[in-house]
Amino acid sequence: MSTKTPTVKMEPLIFEKSRAGRTGANLPACDVPAADAASLLGAENLRDSLPLPEVSELDVVRHFTHLCERNYSIDGGMYPLGSCTMKYNPKVNEKAAAIPGFASLHPLQPVETVQGALALIFELQTMLSEICGMRETTLQPSAGAHGELLAMMMVKSYHADRGEAHRNIVVIPDAAHGTNPASAARCNFKVKGVPSNSRGRTDLDALDRALDGNVAAFMLTNPNTVGLFESDIVEICERVHKAGALVYCDGANMNAMLGITRPGDMGFDVMHFNLHKTFSTPHGGGGPGCGAVSVQECLAPYLPSPTVVRTGEGDAARYAFHSDRPRSIGRIHSFYGAFLLAVRAYTYIRSNGAAGLRQIGENALLNANYVRARLAGHYDVAYGNETCMHEVVLSAQRQKQEHGVRALDISKRLMDYGFHPPTNYFPLIVPEALMIEPTETESKQTIDEFIEAMIAIADECESDPELVRGAPYTTVVSRLDETMAVKKLDLRFEPALREASGAST
Amino acid sequence: MASVPSDLKYTKTHEWVRVEGDNATIGITDHAQAELGDITFLDLPQPGVTLEKGAQFGEVESVKAVSELFSPIGGEVTEANSGIANTTEVVNEDPFGKGWLIKIKIAERSELDGLMDAAAYEAHAEAGGH
Amino acid sequence: MTYISNTAADRAEMLAAIGVQEFADLLGSIPQAIRLDRELAIPPALDEHSLVRRLQSLAAQNSDLEANLSFLGAGIYDHFRPAVVAALQSRGEFLTAYTPYQPEVSQGMLQAIYEYQTLICGLTGMDLSNASMYDAATGLAEAALMATHLTERDEIICSRAVHPHYRHVIETYAKWTGYRVVEAPLSEQTTDMAALRSLVGARTACVITQHPNFFGCLEEIGPITEAAHAAGALSIASVDPISLGLLKPPGDYGVDIAVGEGQSLGSPMGFGGPLLGFFACGMRFLRGFPGRIVGATVDQQGRRGYTMTLRTREQDIRREKATSNICTNQALIALAATIYLCELGKDGMRRTADLCLQKAHYAREQLSAVRGVTVEAGSRFFKEFVIRVSVDPERLNRRLLEQRIVGGLPLGGYYPEISDGLLICVTETKSREDIDRFVAATAAAIEALS
Repeated sequence: MSTKTPTVKMEPLIFEKSRAGRTGANLPACDVPAADAASLLGAENLRDSLPLPEVSELDVVRHFTHLCERNYSIDGGMYPLGSCTMKYNPKVNEKAAAIPGFASLHPLQPVETVQGALALIFELQTMLSEICGMRETTLQPSAGAHGELLAMMMVKSYHADRGEAHRNIVVIPDAAHGTNPASAARCNFKVKGVPSNSRGRTDLDALDRALDGNVAAFMLTNPNTVGLFESDIVEICERVHKAGALVYCDGANMNAMLGITRPGDMGFDVMHFNLHKTFSTPHGGGGPGCGAVSVQECLAPYLPSPTVVRTGEGDAARYAFHSDRPRSIGRIHSFYGAFLLAVRAYTYIRSNGAAGLRQIGENALLNANYVRARLAGHYDVAYGNETCMHEVVLSAQRQKQEHGVRALDISKRLMDYGFHPPTNYFPLIVPEALMIEPTETESKQTIDEFIEAMIAIADECESDPELVRGAPYTTVVSRLDETMAVKKLDLRFEPALREASGAST
Repeated sequence: MASVPSDLKYTKTHEWVRVEGDNATIGITDHAQAELGDITFLDLPQPGVTLEKGAQFGEVESVKAVSELFSPIGGEVTEANSGIANTTEVVNEDPFGKGWLIKIKIAERSELDGLMDAAAYEAHAEAGGH
Repeated sequence: MTYISNTAADRAEMLAAIGVQEFADLLGSIPQAIRLDRELAIPPALDEHSLVRRLQSLAAQNSDLEANLSFLGAGIYDHFRPAVVAALQSRGEFLTAYTPYQPEVSQGMLQAIYEYQTLICGLTGMDLSNASMYDAATGLAEAALMATHLTERDEIICSRAVHPHYRHVIETYAKWTGYRVVEAPLSEQTTDMAALRSLVGARTACVITQHPNFFGCLEEIGPITEAAHAAGALSIASVDPISLGLLKPPGDYGVDIAVGEGQSLGSPMGFGGPLLGFFACGMRFLRGFPGRIVGATVDQQGRRGYTMTLRTREQDIRREKATSNICTNQALIALAATIYLCELGKDGMRRTADLCLQKAHYAREQLSAVRGVTVEAGSRFFKEFVIRVSVDPERLNRRLLEQRIVGGLPLGGYYPEISDGLLICVTETKSREDIDRFVAATAAAIEALS
């Protein structure tokens, strides 16, 4: 592996390319009688200066094209990121979302003019309910965390309606994703943690001790955050129900279960999906997402308003919004959620069908276990190399102890081999964790290349640990000074904002 | 190898105490600062606040972690090291000296007895420190 | 189609490497009782061509606003979307990228977010901007909760002139986190200043207003902010980013937190989502504000680079003590806004705002001359205004629809005292002919219905 210097050069900020008088967009002239803005708005209400760049359209195109060259993506390479399900984002999804009959709809248009949109929402909700084995689904949440928050509101309302408002505790495994306790706390719940047992699953005795008359819910990810299926899940749900509480499923790892098993059948009362994970809507560098939430009958009245309802069937089907819902927790989004993401997810599910979804589940499991089998000799596998689900958690503890090389270093070195690193240091219960989820869309060839890179790096840890600790060498920047980023805060380009007064001519 | 000065007392949660007459100076250990990484922010109490033994008195943050600070003994806070607010790296560089965090007037001397000595703390930290 | 490349031969090799005979051997940890013994009851798979036809048939059941002339606003707008925005945003390197937790391979997205933050600060006149919230409504809700924590007070005052859906979201968030929302009433179509001053007190954490407000009118942001500050409360304003091409920015009034809907900045209406909540505030809120933020720093060779920073506020580190539970946000929509703001630039934004202003005023003037239409004098407005009509607003709109015109929003459902009112929006995409056609059609429809 060479340590060549990168050839992609620095890209200035768009503000650094700005030159007075340049302009990009081509706007029309004003074709109505114009009055002075000051007379219409009041001079005291007008701004003095507008510190925005002045660049040509070609400047804009070149700039963002150069930024593309400095960005890793699924279209460019594999992301073995555990818990993120970075599968291929089909282009037909993009084509669907761009159809004017979807993209150019206003959410407040008369309902008779948007029957196709409402039909799509209704059909997607129905399919998601079937996929997870629950009664009803809402698409309002904009992210998994948003869905978790919604669920917490519904749980709180459910208990209040039953005279059990004193239930102010949510039990969450220590290994859970940070959004779980954050969402519970947002709703004024106290969080009680439970540890995992030596087999990486929820410790049933600890759970029993935690369950009392003050518990409102138990939040669990299944398969759990170490990539293992909670085999006692039916028992867990029964015990939680017996204590008078509800069970929430964090559906981030749904990819492992598609067509194989369903949270509703396990006893869960409510769950969220990440459409931007399991259902291939693109990550976009950090969103948008859609955290669709599905519920069993007991929680259906609490869903946010409006819901989409259908009367009639087939060609006579008519769709409408239903807002008069006295037990709804309210509203958590300006409108109906990320509709254009729903279009993509709908397209994806219709493209796969039931058999296709089952294939996804099977190949996700197969690919992850293949990675586990091939790397088990080179890295420690958390929880003793048991069959995993769609992701495998390795530990670089041995590399750290024997050669002083950490999971972070191995991750950075992978970049030199052309791969995005796996998830690092999560879950917190595995030291020096490297969580790998290949997903079902990577070919065996690509997975083999990834495996070979990991093996090569394991060898480098022994033969040249210094090399691994100094990686990456071939990326556009080397390791960044994160401390300086906090202590010498530079959160906006100051020169762009210091500007002489006076509007442009 | 993390440094563990023998003249100090220690807590399980990686704070150290230096006793000088009726007063105590408190900080975090070399082991703690190494675990945290570059320290970026200190959240310390105001002088005048009274602490109980074991009470949380603040937080120390690094780039990627937050750690709560627990008082080894009870007493009134007489001083907080606000002078290093903008040079928090001092806690990494000199955790037992210039990187001290608070000084308190000891309320109950017997509370010192429950603390670990250097050897006990060293063993505790080596074993994983929880 | 399934996008899976494993062939039967690949599967066999992998099973062998794993050391099992068949795939079912990998399901040992899933109890038999909960394994699905049937296929999911969803419609059968469609090939790509058939799938596109199915989608087009669904889309054909909608009357989109490219095929109709629209004067509908109320929070979602049909502003001009330069072709470069979609062309650049849709590039796979942005579209299919993950969150930039690994900065060395994500400099493209990180730099774009840093530029976005700078642009939002420039537009709003505020010190800091985060990398986005889901939408303006949740941005306002989070701003309100931030204010309650900072002031340690439990009352949120929100003007009735704030978008009804935004108010509903704020109320929802406040209810389930234990805070109370008090409504500041209207006086005509703006916040009643006297009533607001009497409501603000020692329990007030923040005052929330919208500028221009839901009715399109300017609010007295300066006096509102002063009243809030005098009581030790925060001033939170929801602002229209297009209006900021002309209007004095919230930062200049001393507003503490400025939030708004960024859909207007180059994104399609999309039937209401995905959206973009921009969130900007004063530097003093550095440790308590929600959302991700990108900072500039250097690498080991001293080269400038960008990275997510101030991470200890966030949920993966702070867990239940995080400033918010937000994780995934609206990065790709923020990217579209960044491209839009660069493409329009200083001159383009000012001109776009001016076009909206002039055309909306022209439309209102023309409508005021129509028999059966009343407009209220006095209020200063930007691109939206209210008209009252002598016929049923819904019936009026149905007539307009027959001529492929989507009329303004009937207000009766949200403001019962304005049951004869419609909220009309005119953006820079409406030509004079369009406006004249709308006015003529409105006149004719009112005539026919009278």
